Amino acid sequence: MHLIQQLLFIICAGIAVAFFSRNAIKIRRNINLGREEDLNDNKSARWKNMLLLALGQKKMFKRPVPAFLHLAVYAGFIIINIEILEIFLDGISGRHRLFAPFIGSLYPFLIGFFEILAALVLVSCVIFLIRRNLLRLHRLNMKELNGWPKSDANLILITEIILMTLFLTMNTADLVLQSRHIEHYTTTTPFWITSHFTSLLSHMSDGALMGLERTCWWLHIIGIFAFLNYLPYSKHLHIILAFPNAYYARLEPQGKLENMPAIQNEVLYMMKPEMAPPPAEGEQAHQRFGAKDITDLSWKNLLDAYSCTECGRCTTVCPANVTGKKLSPRKIMMDTRDRMEEVGHNIDKNKTFVDDGKSLVNDYITVEELRACTSCQACVEACPVSIDPLDIIVELRRYLVMEESNAPQEWNLMFGNIENNMAPWKFSPDDRDSWVNEMSNS
Amino acid sequence: MSVTIKSMAEYAAGGETPEVLFWVGCAGSFDRRAQRITKAFAQILDKVGVKFAILGKEEMCTGDPARRAGNEFLFQMMAYNNIQTLNGYNVKKIVTACPHCFNILRNEYPALGGNYEVIHHTMFLQQLLNDGRIRIKEGGAFKGKKITYHDSCYLGRGNGIYEAPRAVLETLDVELVEMKRCKTNGMCCGAGGAQMFKEEEPGTTRINFDRAAEAVGTGANIIAANCPFCTTMLTDGVKNQEKEDDIKVMDIAEMVALSLAE
Ligand code: SF4
Ligand code: SF4
Repeated sequence: MHLIQQLLFIICAGIAVAFFSRNAIKIRRNINLGREEDLNDNKSARWKNMLLLALGQKKMFKRPVPAFLHLAVYAGFIIINIEILEIFLDGISGRHRLFAPFIGSLYPFLIGFFEILAALVLVSCVIFLIRRNLLRLHRLNMKELNGWPKSDANLILITEIILMTLFLTMNTADLVLQSRHIEHYTTTTPFWITSHFTSLLSHMSDGALMGLERTCWWLHIIGIFAFLNYLPYSKHLHIILAFPNAYYARLEPQGKLENMPAIQNEVLYMMKPEMAPPPAEGEQAHQRFGAKDITDLSWKNLLDAYSCTECGRCTTVCPANVTGKKLSPRKIMMDTRDRMEEVGHNIDKNKTFVDDGKSLVNDYITVEELRACTSCQACVEACPVSIDPLDIIVELRRYLVMEESNAPQEWNLMFGNIENNMAPWKFSPDDRDSWVNEMSNS
Repeated sequence: MSVTIKSMAEYAAGGETPEVLFWVGCAGSFDRRAQRITKAFAQILDKVGVKFAILGKEEMCTGDPARRAGNEFLFQMMAYNNIQTLNGYNVKKIVTACPHCFNILRNEYPALGGNYEVIHHTMFLQQLLNDGRIRIKEGGAFKGKKITYHDSCYLGRGNGIYEAPRAVLETLDVELVEMKRCKTNGMCCGAGGAQMFKEEEPGTTRINFDRAAEAVGTGANIIAANCPFCTTMLTDGVKNQEKEDDIKVMDIAEMVALSLAE
């Protein structure tokens, strides 16, 4: 009996890990579809960001209530993983509570601690569900979340609740079995939470209890494996990617836009033709200015898209969005991810990308959305997982203006004024210092 | 009061070097409302004896609105020309009353070979106050007045400068009331990202109306700003609230200029 369980477990674990690895490799490949960008400077500042922003969740604490609930779920998730390790080793070795004899009196203390966390996770997830579905918080019920994103969020919360319930039920049954000195059930001192619930199960027979304990154990660990494999399809991927994303976050002032050296050089050669390199043999492939599709974005933009939690903190502070414009920085990130997945599937199917006549601009993100951005960086500041939606917006705008000459008439006038009058308005450059004369005459 | 302002070319002709270059910016040069801010700041510098120069007719748009609209070519052209001029005069230190010019000169010109110490006028005012070069008169025009301060995006979030302008306001003995959305959470006036130069996209309201309503809601008599574009946007927003007779939008430099000790 034990042997069969052991074998079954090893097969399950093997499938789960293999499947997850396959998806992880695909995600990595998709991220690498982006342009290169060197983000390896200043390692100490990067580690600090990772500790503060990802591990410490610093930005979450701008909103204390969700921050606390999220912390409970997150701490529960990380710490309960230690227990998963034991469950995993138990599964492989066919033993039960493998760690108990080694750490002695510390063991029930640890499990008790896990139980408290599990209870906290359970309560927090229930509150999260209520906030989403009954209180209907605006930021969690906006149009762009209709369909899969909403189900995704609810599904994960419900799964967490089920997993925690299984874990606690398993421990309760275990305690009753321990008190009956059933062989295999290592005796420990009572666990902090489940010890209060043993009376609920004490009427059950030994066999039924063992069945319950085993069923919970199996469902729990299968649930964990399923959860792991669900991540790549879900916004919950952020529990992994928030860490690299914080590490690779840009370290420069938020106001700074990335330079475009290709254009810098073109302008330089135009001004100083003697510096221009001799024309290369044959036609040089034209490098696209700005971004039309995900392959024109930097790999960091794409990592951002996979890391997005769809929390909408960015959108609630976006001045364009709060005044009713179509622009939503969250949607920019969701669209980028959706398009990246689409390109990924295309590559899976055809071995290499076959033009599908679509692009991130227009098919996913409309010109109207892009135009509404004031480059205020509120979205960048608000994001708890170090995402920069503005950078994508600017790249797409660059494409529109420089490759498609797609700008509103007023902007074309402004460009013309800057070029001819050296100011965005139609004033004579000779009047630039007329205020000086007014001052000396007053 | 007559003030004589010299250009970089005039300094160079006299073989002299000014302490700092005052980068006026397009709004500060041409816009009637923003010119008043320029004059106020120049007047302060003159009064406290800071040796400053302007570029005058040699100054050009930094290229900020072009770059943020997506026109990198035009930006690079403007930047190239400005850097030629600035480096030609061997400029070391620049002060500007526009946070957009401040941000682009400070953060984006270095990659193109333009390396200067760039400060915003509110930072410079704070330094001059700290050094005792600016003295504020006792019981000035703003003493006890309820003032709210609007963080511009490019001074605040863009460059993390929240305290210098507030410190300057404090020296005026004002009662500072913060809006709910302030500092890192500050709400945009709606002008940045080249929005100043086009109509807003369809929506439920305008960004400057939303922001001005929040500012008016604090009950302040004056909305203090640090940017010529914010000043324009918020002034329009206050008009929309029909409060233009009770509430003034002023740049911090204008407030300091009115409070200088004799
Ligand atoms: S930078 Fe653009 S997208 Fe981001 S909050 Fe500001 S207006 Fe919205
Ligand atoms: S970009 Fe950041 S703030 Fe916006 S929804 Fe995604 S995770 Fe949340």
